[in-house]
Amino acid sequence: MSTSISQTCMSEGRGYYFPPCHILDISGVSVLVDCPMDLSSLTIFSPLPVDSHDINIDNISFSSADSNEENRGNGLVYAEPRYRTVTKLHSWNISFIDVVLITSPIGMLGLPFLTRKKGFTAKVYATKAASRIGQLMMEDLVYMHKEFRQFYGPESDEPIWMKWDRLEMLPLEMKKIVFGADETDFGCWMPLFSAADVKACMLKVESLNYAEEICYNGILIVKPLASGLEIGSCNWRINGPRGSIAYISSSVFRSAIPKNFDYDALQASDVVVYSDFFSLNALEQVGNDEDFSGLANYFSNSSSADVNSEARSALLSTDDYLEEIDKLDFICSCSMDSIKAGGSILIPTGRLGIILQLLERFELHLTSENMKVPIFVISSVAEQLMIFTSIIPEWLGEQCEDRFYSEKPSLFTHTEMLKDGRLHLFPAIHSDELLNIWQEPCIVFCPHWSLRLGPVTHLLRRWRGDQNSLLVIEEGVDANLILLPFKPIAMKVVQCSFLSGMQLQKSLLLLKILQPKHVLFPEIFRRCVDTLAASFSSSFYNENEMLHIPYTEDNSCLHIDMDLARQIKYTKLEEQNVDISRLKGKLMVKHGRYKLCVEHEHP
Amino acid sequence: MAIECLVLGAGQEVGKSCVVVTINGKRIMFDCGMHMRYKDLRQYPDFSLISDSGEFTSSLSCVIITHFHLDHIGALPYFTQVCGYEGPIYMTYPTKALAPLALEDYRNTFERGGEKAQFTSEHIAECMKKVTAVDLKQTIHVDKDIQIRAYYAGHVLGAAMFYAKVGDASLVYTGDYNMVPDRHLGAAQIDQLQLDLVISESTYATTYRDSKYVQEREFLKAVHKCVTSGGKVLIPSNALGRTQELCLLLDDYWERTNLKVPIYFSSGSTIQANLYHKILINWASQNVKDTHARHNALDFKNVRSFDRSLINAPGPCVLFASPGNLNGGFSLEILKHWAPYKENLVMLPGSCSNGIIGSKLMSAKIPTQIKLDENVKTDVRCQIHKLAFSAHTDGKGIMDLVTFLLPKHVLLVHGEKPKMAALKEKIQSELGIECCYPANNETVTIPSTHHIEAGVSDAFLQSCMAPNFMFWKTNVGSDERTPPILQVHDDRVGQGMLTLQNPRVFTQNELRDVLGVENHQVKFAHCCSAAYDSEVSNAASDWSPSTSQKNSLLQLLFGLVSGDFPDCIMHDCQKGIQVGSFVASLCSREECPSSNADALHFRCTWSVTEEELAWKVISLVKNVKLSREST
Repeated sequence: MSTSISQTCMSEGRGYYFPPCHILDISGVSVLVDCPMDLSSLTIFSPLPVDSHDINIDNISFSSADSNEENRGNGLVYAEPRYRTVTKLHSWNISFIDVVLITSPIGMLGLPFLTRKKGFTAKVYATKAASRIGQLMMEDLVYMHKEFRQFYGPESDEPIWMKWDRLEMLPLEMKKIVFGADETDFGCWMPLFSAADVKACMLKVESLNYAEEICYNGILIVKPLASGLEIGSCNWRINGPRGSIAYISSSVFRSAIPKNFDYDALQASDVVVYSDFFSLNALEQVGNDEDFSGLANYFSNSSSADVNSEARSALLSTDDYLEEIDKLDFICSCSMDSIKAGGSILIPTGRLGIILQLLERFELHLTSENMKVPIFVISSVAEQLMIFTSIIPEWLGEQCEDRFYSEKPSLFTHTEMLKDGRLHLFPAIHSDELLNIWQEPCIVFCPHWSLRLGPVTHLLRRWRGDQNSLLVIEEGVDANLILLPFKPIAMKVVQCSFLSGMQLQKSLLLLKILQPKHVLFPEIFRRCVDTLAASFSSSFYNENEMLHIPYTEDNSCLHIDMDLARQIKYTKLEEQNVDISRLKGKLMVKHGRYKLCVEHEHP
Repeated sequence: MAIECLVLGAGQEVGKSCVVVTINGKRIMFDCGMHMRYKDLRQYPDFSLISDSGEFTSSLSCVIITHFHLDHIGALPYFTQVCGYEGPIYMTYPTKALAPLALEDYRNTFERGGEKAQFTSEHIAECMKKVTAVDLKQTIHVDKDIQIRAYYAGHVLGAAMFYAKVGDASLVYTGDYNMVPDRHLGAAQIDQLQLDLVISESTYATTYRDSKYVQEREFLKAVHKCVTSGGKVLIPSNALGRTQELCLLLDDYWERTNLKVPIYFSSGSTIQANLYHKILINWASQNVKDTHARHNALDFKNVRSFDRSLINAPGPCVLFASPGNLNGGFSLEILKHWAPYKENLVMLPGSCSNGIIGSKLMSAKIPTQIKLDENVKTDVRCQIHKLAFSAHTDGKGIMDLVTFLLPKHVLLVHGEKPKMAALKEKIQSELGIECCYPANNETVTIPSTHHIEAGVSDAFLQSCMAPNFMFWKTNVGSDERTPPILQVHDDRVGQGMLTLQNPRVFTQNELRDVLGVENHQVKFAHCCSAAYDSEVSNAASDWSPSTSQKNSLLQLLFGLVSGDFPDCIMHDCQKGIQVGSFVASLCSREECPSSNADALHFRCTWSVTEEELAWKVISLVKNVKLSREST
């Protein structure tokens, strides 16, 4: 029986599209949290060369060693893309993983790579909404990838681009991506999973409602709690017989679309695994001389009730939320300007929440400007996503709830926009129906944010020369690199960072309120946490290092069954003033608790 | 700890469901319904039994509503807005969405009848603001000690059974439920829980029903026959629940048979209710959910809203009009217009919610005349069809649920007294579970089992996991020639100690630490001596040998003893030898009476367990004569 929790950080994550990944060992149960896909590495591949002047067809001879792809100037790889998950996971024996917990739709994209491996037997738990959206995202990815397969033909086991002499010729920054920062990731490139893999994977996912408890093997009780980041995204509370753990992923206190961060349910955990990548980014940006004394003040105060309530109201302040609305409005007003000048708007994002919010805001802006501009959502799963989002009141935040309980019940305006033809959904760009109603200027939402896959590549080629058109991309990607195959670009580009986690200050305030006994932070927090007089102890993790966290006290608890308890006859020890009895029974672990029952004699 | 159940409504009757459960000072109210038969305060549960002073907020921990039917929620606006209850209220998302429609519908019919309802529209709106919506299976912590959880109950959209746990006492309050899926909703579904008590409805305690499928087909056949012969079908029903289920049936049938006859709704709230049913499709049956991606089955294609001008329009149609009991309002008005024509059809709802006119119609021999009120009579020549299907579980379903949950006690509510008595007998005799069915305002106290909670040491837990194999042989059958089968069992048994004060379980080895006492050991002691040749100890000296001489003598002795006892050790510092727990050390007390010349004196000690060994060594020592030769 293990008397400690051990934690290994597989990946600290890199922003919204590549959330962190951890392996926890709790009471002998090995728990993997999230299995994302590193889709930023797609940028080394060229999007499908469609225009004849983009590529000289005669030159694509994949079997011959001598092709001058690399001489085409941008250095991108012209081949069917390969993909990567968390590279450190490759060194683990996946058959030892007992449980996989998923925090968000993005966090499960790499799951089919894992589930299709032989020996994978773990139970996968995700929220119902996350698993549905995650599944649609995977299916969309497979669909978009199919275009490459059709263009390049079946892939060989060892593609030409992976030969050493070819790799040597790659530009430095791409070499970095191919080999990874410590040059160990080369072996981790994998062909994409198939639609069948996705299907098989989803069969292994057990999906839950928010705050639904599920018991693993009698010993661990896991429970997903709303994190506010996306529809269906969650934090996990894990209760075992020896204590409780809260896994805090990127969380948003006040969110426009998803259900708000349910942090009260994470109170008084023995251990908090803190894994919000957003505040991580913030720390990376602050200089060395940054002063944390402001925060220290909050902590030095005694934890009296009024300080706590002060902290609570600080957490719920609407600053972030208003800032986010401002950002969306900025995008909208830029878009209005472009449209007035005759340009179109292209928004390649994988964030459902942002799409839904922008749809509503565009609707407001267009109505107030009295403009009639069609909005398109082009994706193989657009229709399913919109249908899905119109039937999930249980997963949405206050704003949507208000609309749900109103006279004219609805969750989003997109249902209405679809009805009166202001919004159009299409599975792909090459459909007759789309061409029939296509009109420019227009606003298009479509995948994929890497600008390598999907409808976005076609539309970008169409509009890149139009200085009135507008492309909205997200921060956290190398703009130079992702736009490389589309250069020169006359189109306007807006790069925007959306709220995807806690501000540093808020996250520390949160921990003050939650009152855990021990907190695991990423190493980068050390400097800042050390200055605080916190009520909890802390340790700091690095990628691929195992940490052991002993339970702070011997706090295991045993329930003695009444049938057994009735048999107990106490003897008084006068000297010690203690009543004591011998005890004999059968130990059971049920619903995360130790229980001692009467043992039944065998015949 | 005991569970105290105060039945404020639906005790030995159907109507105003309300049970208040008290466990360890925590009080939960399950349902807050109204009785449709009364129009004065008798329609509400007697809340004064909860608190004389009207301090409801402090005397209740929470209120839980199972579904939106008025006999389960009707008294809630009155309770919160008039009686002033301010505490938490829980219900599922669909119930929260649909309850205001049901309440508003009731209020409208009531006020249309010229009477004043006990609560206003504002009351309903304000009341609903206090409600916390929950999803199925969510574990809600009402406070530190109370957990509640909703389970799917079928019956109507959003109906839930509620599990509640206070400390270690736990119960399930079923509300109304259905154990078989129907066209719209799934069957009730619950986990296997350890329960002290199940409070179950028992509307159809003794009825055993056939599959709903037959009844559905009959309904469709009757409607089809009527509309194809040009008649109008009136279905008196409330805006919610039943209407959508029947619509689902009709809309689907219309699609399949390509009928073009219009289906109408009379009330505005039905349209809103339909929208809710469409959004809340995840709460419908598996079949409806599975097909919704292609077509949302609750997005009725053939259904539109009714206009007064259509009452006497020619041609067939189907109309849903509220209220369902024909006690007034629009459905009664339509009845006046349509009843005199024999091609028309009136679909009467199931027996439970029949009003006066409904039951008159039901028993009437067509053609006849029916008195609608004091001075209005109407001819009835139309056909009458009784809708037989019900969304309640039948007696078999109740037995199935109780058998599945196996609680320690069952409490029956929401049924008719004689049927409840019969079901109680059945539960007690077939399942051996205690059962009761108190009347309104009666309190029943049920003991709840629990356990002792104790701290536990790691060593104890570890010892419990140690394998403990047992082997025994069993003979198979009576034939002695077949060899017995060897059975192996690993019966891991935990053995330890428990303290009463500050309860803690630990192993016997840890006892000392727990009690904080020192270790006591029983030891035996004996004096013995080993003789030696005086030559060995240099005769020139005194007869007491020097230290170095003693050492060499001891060395000699050690040589001898270790010959017989190989695990013998020699202690230089303590001047002695040791075998196991037996220690023989040199005795230096000169004045000891036993001391004599030419002998080494030893003090021997040993523990109880090695007595035999000790005497063997002693006898060896006693019998030696240490001399040079012996080396």
